[in-house]
This record gives sequence, structure tokens and C-alpha cells, in this order.
Amino acid sequence: MRRRDFLKTMGAAGGAAVIPFLRFLPAEAAGRDDTLVVVSGNGPNSMDIQRKGTNRPSYQIAVNLYDRLVGYSTKTLANGTLMYDYSKLEPEAAESWVVSPDGMTITFKMRKGATFWDGAPITAYDVKWSFDRAVSLGGFPTVQMKAGSLEKPEQFEAIDADTFVIKLTRPDKMTLPDLGVPVPIIFNSELAKKHATADDPWATEYLHRTPAGSGAFMLERWDPGQQVVYKRFEEWKNGELPGISRVIIREIPSASTRRALLEKGDADVSLEMPPKDFAELNASGKYTITGVPIENSMISIGLNLNFEPFANKLVRQAIAYSVPYDQIFKQAAFERGIPLWGGKSLTPATIEWPQPFPYNTDYDKAKALLKEAGYEQGFEVPLSFNLGLAQWSEPMCLLLQESLEKVGIKATIEKIPGANWRTAALVEKKLPMHIKDFGGWLNYPDYYSFWVYQKDRLFNSMNYSNPEVEKITDATLKMEVSDPQYEPNIKKLLSIFFEDVPLIPVYQPYLDVAMQKNITGYEYYAHRQLDCRSFNKASV
Amino acid sequence: MKRSDKLRIIFGRLIQAIPSIIGIIIVTFILTRALPGDPAVYFAGPAATEKSIQEIRTSLGLDKSMLEQFWIYASNLARGDLGVSVSTGLSVKEELIRRLPASLELTFLALLFSIGVALPLGIAAATRPNSWVDQFCRIVVTAGVSLPVFFTGLFMVYLFYYILGIAPAPLGRLDIIYLSPPSITGFYTIDALLDGDFETFGAALSQMILPAITLGIFTLAPLARMTRGAMLQVLSSDFIRTARASGLKRSTVLYTYAFRNALLPILTTLGMVFSFMLGSNVLVEKVFAWPGIGSFAIEALIVSDYAAVQGFVLAMAILYVLLNLTIDIVYTLVDPRVGLES
Repeated sequence: MRRRDFLKTMGAAGGAAVIPFLRFLPAEAAGRDDTLVVVSGNGPNSMDIQRKGTNRPSYQIAVNLYDRLVGYSTKTLANGTLMYDYSKLEPEAAESWVVSPDGMTITFKMRKGATFWDGAPITAYDVKWSFDRAVSLGGFPTVQMKAGSLEKPEQFEAIDADTFVIKLTRPDKMTLPDLGVPVPIIFNSELAKKHATADDPWATEYLHRTPAGSGAFMLERWDPGQQVVYKRFEEWKNGELPGISRVIIREIPSASTRRALLEKGDADVSLEMPPKDFAELNASGKYTITGVPIENSMISIGLNLNFEPFANKLVRQAIAYSVPYDQIFKQAAFERGIPLWGGKSLTPATIEWPQPFPYNTDYDKAKALLKEAGYEQGFEVPLSFNLGLAQWSEPMCLLLQESLEKVGIKATIEKIPGANWRTAALVEKKLPMHIKDFGGWLNYPDYYSFWVYQKDRLFNSMNYSNPEVEKITDATLKMEVSDPQYEPNIKKLLSIFFEDVPLIPVYQPYLDVAMQKNITGYEYYAHRQLDCRSFNKASV
Repeated sequence: MKRSDKLRIIFGRLIQAIPSIIGIIIVTFILTRALPGDPAVYFAGPAATEKSIQEIRTSLGLDKSMLEQFWIYASNLARGDLGVSVSTGLSVKEELIRRLPASLELTFLALLFSIGVALPLGIAAATRPNSWVDQFCRIVVTAGVSLPVFFTGLFMVYLFYYILGIAPAPLGRLDIIYLSPPSITGFYTIDALLDGDFETFGAALSQMILPAITLGIFTLAPLARMTRGAMLQVLSSDFIRTARASGLKRSTVLYTYAFRNALLPILTTLGMVFSFMLGSNVLVEKVFAWPGIGSFAIEALIVSDYAAVQGFVLAMAILYVLLNLTIDIVYTLVDPRVGLES
């Protein structure tokens, strides 16, 4: 018997009351119309995004269970997909804010009548405590706050319960957008403080297991490694009340099983499947497949300048001419992305980012460049990829290996598992040729350069360094986009990226989500986790 | 043998296990540290800086010397504290208490299925060598070993859930509409029965059938082959000929005399198969979203989550010791000639 039929029979029998031994989730007995069932490959490992070791799936807790001062507004893409607009902020727990004329202070007014789940009002004191926590705990939250020039507790002040002030040491275009990312959430500080101890002043142990927030959803159940269940917070004032009253997120490690669950109608939303599955489900026309290009993200090939041949710019360009772009895009990515090759000229026409690099597959040109560089006989190079991303990076490497052979370069493929990848690629930076998939949260080329192209940065696995890149990145990072200096500087920066190619972009990947046809309201965010607040489910 | 003697010997065996467990603790500790990959780098998260990596290293205690780290680990262990798994964010003890019963429950059912099919098949094959039953047994055994578990698993899901729709959705231990029974043993079926909740019992059992069969098919092979081999050997021995010559009933010859004598090697295989199933059913756990101990251990290994790996190995070691002891005791019950000393 299918579950839906089963529930219908139950409904006819008068609900769960007739069969007292049945342990239904209460809303299930009423049907599944306002319950969203999501299947995902990985689940959260903490309820606290600011804890050390918190994984990416835990970001959804910060988004759905907590509020920030501000959120991003929504824009509609050409294909009808909703996407966050980081250039336009929307009030969330703060009702309004004012930036001082010199850009050095930002004053927030808290929303009247908004409360935490336990009924306590959300005050500026809560914000102060939460922000102090984020900059004091160290690790990821502290680094992320710093990206918006938020570094010390002294920068935050609660004037009274309704007024919160941020004092900046320098004006920074990233500060306000940085308040909308998942990290600067507002905790119920009075509740949290009750569970703080001398050893643990920020109540990390308590908040790790027990969320204390004001978000649109409350936690109903968390079975680590199995599922998270949210239920709607009916008193939520910081935005429009969600259309879904309960969300069940199940961890299903096998992508094939997730696909089967979606196709059988047991799941409403399926995440994290290989590009091939999304391409096939899309072709079937029975499901809504939403693919949004992941902002500020590129699937690319990194060339390590410490590897002797790659120290020569001509060799790097030769490699860029011998990548089988079209084949990779079709056979490894199943066209779930935007091509980043075949640009027209070495001088960029716009400051759009990411944009196609001026290379295409041209073996003759590659051979000529190798000859010019003195590598006519070719060379041997290890080509590495992260085993955790084998679904698309393995075919990509095989195709690449095949075409490098055509220009006399012998690549040997090395598969590197998860934790070792970070150490080998990012910390020791010892992989001569490797596949990269970095993406930045804030969508500016200078921000990407800050993480990837600047000397000694963690994600500069290419050991690339160029004094001009250093200079331009430092200058543009804090510059407003409207500054007349911004565009010429960025164009110069991009033309250096084009010419030096320490990084050969292939495509900008999509973040794909597969949903039943009756599900609407999916919105894409840079953190790549589901924001369940905007979902709606029509009855079938 | 007197009962008190038996108890004394069991106790002696447990004492003997202590040095091996201490050895295992030391070896695992050293081996986990020898793993490539730096947990501090991994857990510092995507946007890590040199400073934040260092902070994580300090908070994990990885900046201390190996000896110091071992001392901390050992003294915590003495207090029953297995440490915290950084990747799952929970204490290792909690993880084991939650995940071990899930794996055990599945393994027991799989073993039951495996025995239920393998023993009759092996006996039938042995009594009629080279007949169609024997060939059939050979095919089943070969197929069982050579089909990869993830293939059998996905095939089962495809056939019984996707095409035929008779199996429940492979959503883990319970379907979405049920809540887990109050935890007593951690075995959902047993807990549901203790709670008098037959609906949940049925639901938990039905979730287990496909993964248990998948796991069982793989372990059929060694059991069926061992049964067949042992039976063949026993059936050709003198006392069976004598029994037959004395005109005993066929079933008496087969079960009372032959099978009981063939049981020892089968029991040994059973013990091996059981421990093997428990630790290595990662693929089954992945396909059926089973929150078991195998995937926990693999994930922990991949991210160099030291406490979790150590806890897992220790738990398995203790389980092996208990398992071997149980098998030895069962030996003496099956065959009184076997003493516990041997």
C-alpha cells in the first residue's frame, strides 16, 4: 500500500485517535500537503554554525532556525528562477538601518514585537552578545566576520534595547552584505547565558545541540546522521510566514536512492545528485529541475608554478589551448553549467565575473607555444583530483589526459581522498596540476582574487604571485563598485588572469535541485543550502 | 566439566583478552596519527587562515607531543570517555550507542537469512553431489561472491521499490511517518515489541528486509560452501557408513550424526562471517541510508577524525573478543569433546 493511500484510509477512519498505538508525527495524520520532504546526501553535524568543525549542511540551520539583522532581497533570473540579490538588502531582525555619511558607523533599529521562540523579545543586547561571540570564538566565524571588517567586540554597541551600532575602522563595501551570510546569526542571549560556564563562556556545548533562535522554523527533531525536522514558528515577525508548516530533511547517502525516492514521489526535493541524473530528470519533463549558476565559482584546472614547466607562461597558455573544453562540458558536466572558454580577446570587455577566458581547443597553437618555450618534447606531469568529487572530476581528468597526450604531455592521474586533498592542495600546495572548484560567497572578482590569486592565500594552490595582482586586489577590495577607479582596475586584473592563466577555467557549475512539479518558491543562495522559508507546496 | 570450572575458564579467557585490547589501543593510536591528512586543516573549514588552523589545532590538542596526547587519551579512556567525534559533533560513545545496535540488528537479520538459505542448500548439495541441486548451489555461491554489494543493493531497490513498489522507501531504519520507539536496547524491532507497538515493529522490520537480503546474499557463499564441504567429508567417513549399514533412518543419519559433526567448521565460518559483516557493510548502509557503524567509521577515516576511528576500532575489538568467546562456548555445547582450553 502506498503511503498516501494509507494516510487517506487513516483520514477516513477518523485520524490517529482511533488507533492509539500508532506513533504518527501529528501533521502526518492530516496529510502531507504542508509537509516538505527533502532528501540530501549529508546532514548537519551541529546546530551552531559558529562551532569548530561545523560542516556545510549545518549552514541550513543558521538560515532556517535563526534570523540575522538583514537578509538579501530576491531577484528573478531570465529562466524564472529566484535568486538572492546581495546588492539589495532587506530588513530581517533589524527594521531599518542608517549608514553615517563617512561610512564609519551603521545604526540598526530592532524590529518591534519580534520575539525568540520562548517569547523573549529580540533586543540589541542579543545582537551584541551574538556578534561578540562570532568575532571571539576564532576559526571560521571569526574569519568570515573579518571579511566585512568586523573584528573586535569593541566595534559593537547596544545603545538601548532597540538600537544597535556597528563602528567600523574603515569604510568597507563588504560590511553590510557580510551581515546577510549565514554566520552573523542572533542568539537568544539570555537563554544561552544560562547554559554558559566559566570554561565555556559562549555556551558552545549547549548551542551545539539546542538551537536558541528566533527563525521562521523551530527544531522539532534532530537525529544526527539521519534526519532533521523543522516546524514553523507561528509567531515569526521578521518576514513573511513560510508556506510550509513542517520540513523533514532525511540523509540518504546514495545518490541513486535519492533519485529513486524522488521519482516514486516519496520525496519532494532531492539535492546533490550527479550532473547526469539532473540532466536525465530534466529531459523527462516530469520534475522541476532548477539549475542556478553558482556565483563566483569556477571549475578550473590549476597549474602549480613550483612545477618547473609551469613556471613558464607560454607552457601555461599551451595547456589552456589543449583542454578539450567542449568534450568536458558535454561528457563530464552534462552541460549543467555555463562555458568559460572561447572569449574574444585578451582585454576583457566587461567586469562581469566569472567570464569566458580567451582560449579554446587548438592543438597546433599549443604545440607552437610549447616549442617556443623549449618543451617541444613534452614532459610528464601528475594530474590530481579530489576523490570526493570523482563524479565529474574523474571523467574530466580522463578527457584532459587524452588531449594532453596529443601535444606530447604525459599526464598521470592521481586520486586524492578528502582530508588529504586540503592538506596536499591547499596547505602544502604541492600538486603540479589539479582540478579546482573554489567559489566565493561575495560576488566580486577582487574577492575571488583575494582568496585565489593573491600570494600565499589558502586557495592559491597554484603558488601564483604577481606584484600587480597584489596591488590591484588590495586597492579594489575595499573600493565601492561605483568608484570610477574600480572598473579600469578590475579590467586590468582580469587581463592579467587571462594572460598568465595559472588557473584555466572550464565552466561555471550549476547548483541543481530536483523538485516535484507542485513545489514552488525555491531560491538560490551562495551558501548552497535550502532556505525553506520561501517554499510552497500545492496539493496534488 | 563442572559449571564452576566453566565459569573459571570463561573468566580466564576474558583476562587473556586484556593484553590484546591494550595492544589494540596503542596500535590504533599510532596508526591514526600516521594517517596522511591534517585534521586541523580539514576542520578549520573552507575559509581558513593560518591562524584559524592553529587555533583548531590547539583546541583539538594536536599541538601536544604524541606521548602527552596518548596519556590524555588513555586517562580519558579509563574514565569511560571515548572523546568527541569532530566530524559528527557528538561524543564517540553516543555515536557507538546509537549506531552499533543499528548495525547489529541488520547483521543479525542478514545472518538469519544467510543461515536459512545456506545450510539447507549446502546440505542438499552435499547429499547429491553433481546433481542439479549441487550445480544450483554452485551458481548461487558464485553469484553471491561476485556480485558487488552496491550492485545487488541498487538492483533490489530498483526492482522491489521502484518497479514493483512492494518494498518500503529505502529511507533508513524507519519510514517518515513513524517515530523511533523509546530506546531500550537500541534494536528498533525489539524496542517496539517491548513497547507493545506492533505497527512500528512491522515498519522497522519491513525497512530491514531488503538491506538484510542484500547483505545476506554476499555472505551466503562462504557458509554454503563450508556446509557442503564439511558435510561431504563427514558423509564419507566410517561412522556414517556404519550408521547407514545399521539401517538407521536417512534423516537420523543426516541430521543427528552427520550434521552435528559437520557443525564445528560451519560455526567457525559463521563467526568470521558475522564479524566481517558488521564492519564492512558500508555499501549496504549507503544504498539503504542505514545509520550504521560502517559508514561512520569510513567517514571518520576519510577526515582523520582520530577519536572516532579509535573508538570504532576499540568497540570492534571488544566485540571480536566476545564473539570468539561465544563461539568457543558454543563449540563445547555442540561437541562435548572440545574443551575450552584447546
